[in-house]
Amino acid sequence: MSRNIMEERYDGGKPRLRRFHQARWDEPIIFELSREGQRGILLPEVEPGIRDVAGDVLDTLPEGLRRAAPPALPELSQPQVLRHYDRLSQENLGTDLNIDVGQGTCTMKYSPKINDRLARSPKMAELHPLQDEATLQGILEVMYRFEEILKSISGMDRFSLQPAAGSVAIYVNASIIRAYHASRGEAGQRDEIITTIFSHPSNAACAQTAGLKVITLYPDEDGYPDLEALKAAVSERTAGLMITNPEDTGIYNPRIAEFVQIVHEAGGLCAYDQANANGILGITRAREAGFDLCHFNLHKTFSAPHGCGGPGAGAVGATQALARFLPVPLVAFDGERYHLDWDRPDTIGKIGPFYGNAPVVLKAYAWAMSLGAEGLREVAEIAVLNNNYLMKKVLGIPGASAPYAEGKRRIEQVRYSWQGLAEDTGVHSEELGLRTADFGVHYWTSHHPYVVPEPCTLEPTESYTKDELDEYADILAHVAQEARVDPELVKTAPHRSTIHSIEHEPLDDPERWAVTWRAYRRKTKSYPRGGE
Amino acid sequence: MTRKELGLIVNPVAGLGGRVGLKGSDGAEIQRRAKELGAEPRAQERTLEALSKLGGLEDLQIVTYPAEMGADAVRAAGWEPTVIGDITPGRTTAGDTQQAARRMMEMGVDLLLFAGGDGTARDIYEAVGLEQPALGIPAGVKIHSAVYATNPVSAGELARLYLQGRVASLREAEVMDIDEEAFRRGSLQARLYGYLRVPFRPSLVQSQKVPSAGEAASLGGIAEDVAEKMEPGVLYIIGPGTTTRAIAQELGLEKTLLGVDVVESGQWSVDRDRRAARLVAADANEAQLLALLDEHEDKAKIIVTPIGGQGYLFGRGNQQISPRVIERVGRENITVVSTPGKLHVLGSRPLLVDTGDREVDELLSGYLMVVTGYNERAVRRVATDGSNQTHRGDFHLV
Amino acid sequence: MSKDKPIVYPYIPNSAPAIKEEMLRAVGAESTDEFYKDVPEDLRFQGHLDLPDPLLSEAALKRHVEGILARNRAVGECPSFLGAGCYQHHVPAVCDEVNGRGEFLTAYAGEPYDDHGRFQALFEYASMMGELLDMDVVNVPTYDGFQAAATSLRMAGRLTGRRQALLCGTISPHKLSKIQDYCLRAMDIRLLPYEPDTGQMNLDGLREAISEETAAVYFENPSYLGFLEAQGSAISALVHEAGSVCVVSVDPLSLGVLAPPAAYGADIVCGDIQPLGIHMQFGGGHGGFIATRDEPRYVMEYPSRLFGIAPTRVPGEYGFGDVAYERTSFAVREEGKEWVGTAAALWGITAGVYLALMGPQGMAEIGEAIMARARYAMVRLDSISTVQAPAFRGPHFGEFVVDFSASGKSVADINRALLARGIFGGKDLSQEFPPLGQSALYCVSEVHTQADIDQLVVALEEVVAE
Repeated sequence: MSRNIMEERYDGGKPRLRRFHQARWDEPIIFELSREGQRGILLPEVEPGIRDVAGDVLDTLPEGLRRAAPPALPELSQPQVLRHYDRLSQENLGTDLNIDVGQGTCTMKYSPKINDRLARSPKMAELHPLQDEATLQGILEVMYRFEEILKSISGMDRFSLQPAAGSVAIYVNASIIRAYHASRGEAGQRDEIITTIFSHPSNAACAQTAGLKVITLYPDEDGYPDLEALKAAVSERTAGLMITNPEDTGIYNPRIAEFVQIVHEAGGLCAYDQANANGILGITRAREAGFDLCHFNLHKTFSAPHGCGGPGAGAVGATQALARFLPVPLVAFDGERYHLDWDRPDTIGKIGPFYGNAPVVLKAYAWAMSLGAEGLREVAEIAVLNNNYLMKKVLGIPGASAPYAEGKRRIEQVRYSWQGLAEDTGVHSEELGLRTADFGVHYWTSHHPYVVPEPCTLEPTESYTKDELDEYADILAHVAQEARVDPELVKTAPHRSTIHSIEHEPLDDPERWAVTWRAYRRKTKSYPRGGE
Repeated sequence: MTRKELGLIVNPVAGLGGRVGLKGSDGAEIQRRAKELGAEPRAQERTLEALSKLGGLEDLQIVTYPAEMGADAVRAAGWEPTVIGDITPGRTTAGDTQQAARRMMEMGVDLLLFAGGDGTARDIYEAVGLEQPALGIPAGVKIHSAVYATNPVSAGELARLYLQGRVASLREAEVMDIDEEAFRRGSLQARLYGYLRVPFRPSLVQSQKVPSAGEAASLGGIAEDVAEKMEPGVLYIIGPGTTTRAIAQELGLEKTLLGVDVVESGQWSVDRDRRAARLVAADANEAQLLALLDEHEDKAKIIVTPIGGQGYLFGRGNQQISPRVIERVGRENITVVSTPGKLHVLGSRPLLVDTGDREVDELLSGYLMVVTGYNERAVRRVATDGSNQTHRGDFHLV
Repeated sequence: MSKDKPIVYPYIPNSAPAIKEEMLRAVGAESTDEFYKDVPEDLRFQGHLDLPDPLLSEAALKRHVEGILARNRAVGECPSFLGAGCYQHHVPAVCDEVNGRGEFLTAYAGEPYDDHGRFQALFEYASMMGELLDMDVVNVPTYDGFQAAATSLRMAGRLTGRRQALLCGTISPHKLSKIQDYCLRAMDIRLLPYEPDTGQMNLDGLREAISEETAAVYFENPSYLGFLEAQGSAISALVHEAGSVCVVSVDPLSLGVLAPPAAYGADIVCGDIQPLGIHMQFGGGHGGFIATRDEPRYVMEYPSRLFGIAPTRVPGEYGFGDVAYERTSFAVREEGKEWVGTAAALWGITAGVYLALMGPQGMAEIGEAIMARARYAMVRLDSISTVQAPAFRGPHFGEFVVDFSASGKSVADINRALLARGIFGGKDLSQEFPPLGQSALYCVSEVHTQADIDQLVVALEEVVAE
């Protein structure tokens, strides 16, 4: 009798861990593929009729403006370029491929293919932003309708879709807070932003960039944001509060309304970073908690793909009282026609060219429309169920814990700690993470500083099956066990990824770091094909 | 990988006193009493734990002292050490530790790893000061010094990363000790004795890369912030530490690293882009501070930084700033400065005060703003030592 | 929606009731409500969000969205002469193919191991940009050219410890608005005078304005109004004399024929990569680049990520990682330089694909083709008696100002009439630059055929004569 392959894939009814190996094309740097004279694409010939009239245009260039030598770009044929980039793509682990619960705070959910198709239609892709509004009614309607959806989800009164990503939206909030106090003649006096250590670092960084001072609150002994510390922090200098809730630990601040009230009483504004909104859609809103401003990441909560780090979109919401400060233009509807409203004298101005990343807004709109009110709530509830399910499994692994608010439920993510395991084995969280790459999944520690020791932040979203969550937890348990029995195996990981451990010293050494191929060639005095 | 040399010194009697309630092991008499009470040294097993983490280091040479001062442990861990020096087994002294440290530094070891407690750290500091990168394996009864890793495994781990070049930066960490005699009588007086340069691994950042600029940038930012906000004609009582030293440097002054200095602030000088300041007293004691307060009609402020890994604001290493000084300056005139890294280590634990005067401790309790960088603040709770139930009372604080 | 038959959402695997139950049991929870214990009752949203009924089937969703989009009229349906920061160029199919691959499209922030491809592709993007710009350091793209300009100025501010930035007077008012907001409290922004007939920076004005307070002088090539700034070397000499930083914004597509700003003394070069193989997308295809020399003092002022090449423990294997990561807000929160976050990585990869396809030959040809076609358009338009093109004397790249003042018609009227003839006219400048009268900014690229341009000229002849 022949062997039963299926049986070989299971162990006591449980599937064995995947024998994953990532693509390893050992792909050269694109410059190494270059051969003189190859062409990747040809351009339309300039018609003789144009040449006759225009003459030698390069001759019209004054001294110093004409390029002396052609740029040393690689010369490649078209199929070479395609193969090169397709190989690189295979050495990349997108959400389309992996159980992407390991990139906590990033909300790596499924980005529906239909939405991407729609955004790639010429009716979207080939629109120039300065066309006559009569030719833009479709896209303006999408933006208008999506703003209506966000208003409903948050309870805020107006939204700007202009910020190109979440951090820009946070910056806009800081800028509006600044403008609000300036409008009351208190610009000089009110310059302190209060945030918490478990809020996304952009809250602190954007406030600082906007010229505001930053006061950071730490958790109280129960692990929640410290209300007493807030009371000690507010004063007549308080410009505002900028916080995430639930925080990046997955802990919801139950006293959030009191936080807002205390800051309001001190004369400050409150901005709600809703990067972690995925678990509370339809459950609780910025409006009821009393916030003046909020923002959503459309490439996270609203499913638009992350594109290796953008393009994204940030949507900034404001109450009626603060809407006048929003960036221009806003999209308006007069009952017949959609148009761009530029006539907003108190606006903080332009934040980027044109009106934001419209294709990302389109994808977010399509996603919300495919779910509706009930569906969005289902997103939240399943995301939270998945998270608490995964938490139960992870905390069952010896050496794992979830510090702060211990024993409590979490919303949509958890910042775990492997301190116990590290103390037992000397294997650190980052090393566990690199070993998980050998099983075809991501793993992320935390932003810095590591307030939670040996951190690991997991956010399962609503997009993964129970079996997939089990598989992820099994991978973690397996790697944690490896740390105990064969720590060197973990510490030298990855083994089955595209490449092996990187030597990091050159990246911090000005003599050796190289951000471009030309810099690398210069610093290493190396020549093509290792010769010369 | 290039050949690396590790120096190892074990204080064989470290930790003797702890389990039998003797609060320290300094001095031959105490060690004899401890042994009578059935104490067993923990230093050997703790050193072994740390050494077990050095696996994977090819071409590592360990230089150590004979027998229980290192050679035994190294051999037990499976290495053949280069043994130097002479000791009388069973009768090792602080002098042996100091001599060993000096010799290893002369030999040019890359890192000096030592097992012991606060007394051992003092001996190492006496011998090598800030010249020799060093790191402590906690094995003693008293661990107030920040030169020790949190546990032996971490010490071994950090030593390995440092020797591999994966942790490149060093920071100055406090060597502190309490007067054991006074401690046994029930009064706790910790002193700051100096600093050792220890490998610094606040965390392995993304892709196992190690921050280097962070700490220095914070110090600069803090100093700039504080100097900018100083008020002319006011006395500033500046406590010990590297963070406060950065402020003095910003003012163009030398700081007594371990002592309390007093500075009188002047006007902001546009030309020099710096605040004028005058050193009024260096390494001042309580009496001098009180006299200066008299002269200045209490127009003074205090600048302090938390000391050691436990976050003591007052009462450890800066007792010169006594309860009377604090009372006269007033709570609202205290500026607390700290690098963010120091605060993060505390997690949600409060900053501690133990001035020896309950009323002043109470006065200081509550929330204080901590300057963590230019235009950056953290709000931290301040608690009295006794009220802090999470704080373990026997000082096995590792 | 029927209440008795719960919906199983295709995007939400565990919404199937039996699985949901099983998972709740495993967690020991009665219902998902239990997970929200920390959300106080009075903050709970009561009832249903007021949203349109969902389009549960993919077919219905597609029909709905396409129905709305059908109300757009896209470039390609009619010739367009719009530019002003967003450019119509041919996008090679390979660019769309690569940025449509799920591995790139849906990846995010993995390690240099599991996401090696992203690191290499972005390193190569920066490397090819480096060749084009003749500079050794190029960032992982920031949001757009506006952000790149604003950040370049703040970098210059930090580098010099000075507050003042002097900007060319012909900068786009929208870009200026962005810069003013972004630099508020950090820098003082001042505009420099320009020559009314050529648009060139008034050097006496620069001499007068520049001082030891000046952190940066900023100008553009090509300028917002299309003309080329020919005095680059003279400007940078004045700037360096004052110990300031010379910041130049450039259209990367022009650099096959135009000298890179580094050649005339630029210290920081910035701009937008949208012209490099990225569709216009209603202004949703932008990415900003910032380039400098490889000097630590410059490198340490970047807020963006910089991907560097590094060896791995296997000989001959390329690895990548973050160069000087400690600068960034990811590493040190508010102590970082500005901030770093999701920006425009996919467009960076795409621009890399574009440059690899074009090569040195393609870049030279496209630059020349654009200049020739634009020149042809200018000559032909100028032949209309009441139309002046270009409004500024001197060389241009692909954009130029067309002055209709003599026709007695407003640009708004002209553009309406052109639209009626199926043509998107140039951007109306009458509000942004009143001294230019009734002028519009026209843009011509390699995609405009002689016939397209002739069609415009014929239409305009009619329109201005009406």
